[in-house]
Amino acid sequence: MTMTHMDANSHAHGSHPMPPDMLAGTVAERPIAGAGLPEKITVRNLDFFYDGYRALKSISLPLYDRQVTAFIGPSGCGKSTLLRILNRMYDLYPKQVATGEVLLDGNNILSPKQDLNLLRARVGMVFQKPTPFPMSIYDNIAFGVKLYEKLSRADMDERVEFSLRRAALWDEVKDKLRQNGMSLSGGQQQRLCIARAIAVKPSVLLLDEPTSALDPISTAKCEELVDELRSDYCIAIVTHNMQQAARISNFTAFMYLGELIEFGNTEEIFTNPTKEKTSEYITGRFG
Amino acid sequence: MTEIALTLTDAHASTARRARRQRLQDAAFRNATLAFALLVLLILGGVMVSLIDGALPALRTFGLGFVGTEVWNPVSEQFGALAPIYGTLVTSVIAMAVGIPVSFGIALFITEMCPAWLKRPLGVAIELLAGIPSIIYGIWGLFVFAPFMQSTVQPFLIATLGQIPGLDNLFMGPPYGIGILTAGLILGIMVLPFITSITRDVFETVPPMVRESAYGLGATTWEVVWNVVLPYTRTGVVGGVMLGLGRALGETMAVTFVIGNAHRISSSILAPGTTISASIANEFTEAVGDVYTSSLVALGLILFMITFTVLSIAKLMLLRLQRKAGV
Amino acid sequence: MTMSNSATLATPIGGLYHRRRIANKVALSLALGAAGFGLFWLVAILWTLLYNGLSAINLSLFTENTPPPGGEGGLLNAIFGSLIMTAVATFVGTPIGVMAGTYLAEFGRGTKLAEVVRFINDVLLSAPSIMVGLFVYEVMVVRMGHFSAWAGAMALAVLVIPVVVRTTEDMLKLVPNSLREAAAALGAPQWKVITMVAYRAARNGMITGVLLAIARISGETAPLLFTALNNQFWSADMNAPMANLPVVIFQYAMSPYEDWRQLAWGGALLITVAILLLNIGARLLAGLGTTRK
Repeated sequence: MTMTHMDANSHAHGSHPMPPDMLAGTVAERPIAGAGLPEKITVRNLDFFYDGYRALKSISLPLYDRQVTAFIGPSGCGKSTLLRILNRMYDLYPKQVATGEVLLDGNNILSPKQDLNLLRARVGMVFQKPTPFPMSIYDNIAFGVKLYEKLSRADMDERVEFSLRRAALWDEVKDKLRQNGMSLSGGQQQRLCIARAIAVKPSVLLLDEPTSALDPISTAKCEELVDELRSDYCIAIVTHNMQQAARISNFTAFMYLGELIEFGNTEEIFTNPTKEKTSEYITGRFG
Repeated sequence: MTEIALTLTDAHASTARRARRQRLQDAAFRNATLAFALLVLLILGGVMVSLIDGALPALRTFGLGFVGTEVWNPVSEQFGALAPIYGTLVTSVIAMAVGIPVSFGIALFITEMCPAWLKRPLGVAIELLAGIPSIIYGIWGLFVFAPFMQSTVQPFLIATLGQIPGLDNLFMGPPYGIGILTAGLILGIMVLPFITSITRDVFETVPPMVRESAYGLGATTWEVVWNVVLPYTRTGVVGGVMLGLGRALGETMAVTFVIGNAHRISSSILAPGTTISASIANEFTEAVGDVYTSSLVALGLILFMITFTVLSIAKLMLLRLQRKAGV
Repeated sequence: MTMSNSATLATPIGGLYHRRRIANKVALSLALGAAGFGLFWLVAILWTLLYNGLSAINLSLFTENTPPPGGEGGLLNAIFGSLIMTAVATFVGTPIGVMAGTYLAEFGRGTKLAEVVRFINDVLLSAPSIMVGLFVYEVMVVRMGHFSAWAGAMALAVLVIPVVVRTTEDMLKLVPNSLREAAAALGAPQWKVITMVAYRAARNGMITGVLLAIARISGETAPLLFTALNNQFWSADMNAPMANLPVVIFQYAMSPYEDWRQLAWGGALLITVAILLLNIGARLLAGLGTTRK
């Protein structure tokens, strides 16, 4: 019943004809989604262990440049874990190990030789809850920039304005740049965090459920922002909210119990999933 | 975006240099903090070694009998630690007997009973009182409390409790004013703010929802405190009590003024006595001869071992309670 | 036994409920009594201090040195000595404590070493201060052959360290991990994450800890008795015995001379006021929160 509904939907969008193997009901992979797009990040056979527990099971997928990739799946499926591998945030904690390959512009970032700080400067991250630093709005932005660049006062002012404008926050805070970042509202704080991440000029942005702590209006603003940022960055977003994934992503990866069940065009995943589990999840039968 | 890409490649060389420098700074910072953490161990080790070293002459002269001997005679150079140890323990017991219930009462009053506008000022006042140095309690004890004890409390105790068979030994003799009981009571007053402020703090860590759901079942204030708040916070309460005990055992100045500095053990708690720290404070600079000085250091060593034991037990208890609460 | 709830609620005379209410009343009255009793003594102490201390405070207290028995004088040299030894102790002890506390909170999490250091630090925190005096006496006074202000300052520094270690660790632990991750996610090296973000988030708490440590040592007597000793005269020589308020108070209060006792009360009031101000300052600072800058 659900399938017919889905079919109707996909026809309405007038999208690609269904691959024949799918019609035949086999479990063969669909053709690589997004073929031809430049891969910013390539994940190959990635396994991840928390103190011996295997939390991710041979994950392989590409993240395309200037595209938004959404990770969906029930709680504990490993989507946040996967995101935190992409900037090796897990390295802050003992007993966490990743094996396999994660190539960023062709270089394996899991290599022990990888400098973590440089990696993180190139791969920005925004967290579930806003994390403004206990300093002024201006200094929040300047903090990351000062780590790797020596800018004149004027250049720094310009960078701060650029980042705040890019994060659609400038008009709201331009008169109170000296105020503490924590004095902003939740939605503003989150956009400040996005601005802070943009300011260091990363090429990848990781968003870990960035709107889960926000009200609907702030959420809408953040989604608009992601839509605008798409043209400049490779964006990976973890979300609990399937509508959100459908709204803002170009590609979607569905994960379940540490495995990547399905990866593909967002439209196809949502209208025409190849796997039973995916279709069960997006139609709300579990999770 | 092109501008961004350019900046990245341009800055690459200098960025790598920066990263290298940062790695070195990281290691330096980390090792520096480690070194200072080790220094904390070194200090305690130093205290222990210097006390043992200083105590050796006395321990060599008197052996383990030092701990069990009551004699303290600087003229014949005969020294024993029993009287100070006894005084230390008894004053602390008195202090805790007064301090624990009263602090608990104050904490209960502040958290559950007093009107909202009084809560903060009262809590702040208690915390401020906790900061008052012990020497203030000492001179107050000497000039105000001891005379009061001598003129009022002790005669009363002798006339009442002192007449009851079984208790008469405890409350015997002339009212000196100074003595074990006076010192213990002052210690008790001194530890009040400590134990109270910690107890109050941990009482307030009980989530309002837990408290409210107990009230919601129709429990009385006392039942909420006894059956919900206390079990929820016992770890912290025990910790606070142990801290207070630690203070009382090692306290010097609040006791030295009013203990009487008599190296003997009397059955009566009204009689003068001494504690380890009071003996050291009173006699150390005047002690002549190696054995005398060394005996005082040996007292310090004993105090060290007592407090170390008390604190270790407290810690282990807290750990066990925590583990139990965690299950 | 069946019972109608509405009836029970309307007329709470049931034996059980009655007993519970009485138990509640008794317990709360006892608590009230205990509170009144305890607060009475604490207020009595403060009142005596104020009464005796205020009458001893005059200009010469701040302008003249400690007098010989029976003479007129003030506490100038003792005030100076206390200030200088407290300052030296704070400057020595604070960085050590902050660094060690940083290790415990940031680098040593979950390690055996950190556990041992934390335990030992807790012991030092509650260790009787007179033992610290004995320690410094053995290590410095015996070696140097004489009492000195340096020895006094070092004894006080040993007392500063555990307080600062503890508050630093506690305050850093209150800093949410997400803040550290957010800083690390920008490519900040760990030492910058700690010094620029974690310290800043914990700053007020850490300063509060230092103020509390200063408050603690400025009233400490026992560790100074046989390190800095005392000095009847003006001395700014850190290598010589130096007068200080607590020891002067101790000696003068125990003396039979009325003038000396007066000075002891005056000194006691001075110390108490200074400590109260430090504590209030610490609280104001902690309450100031993060709204500044």
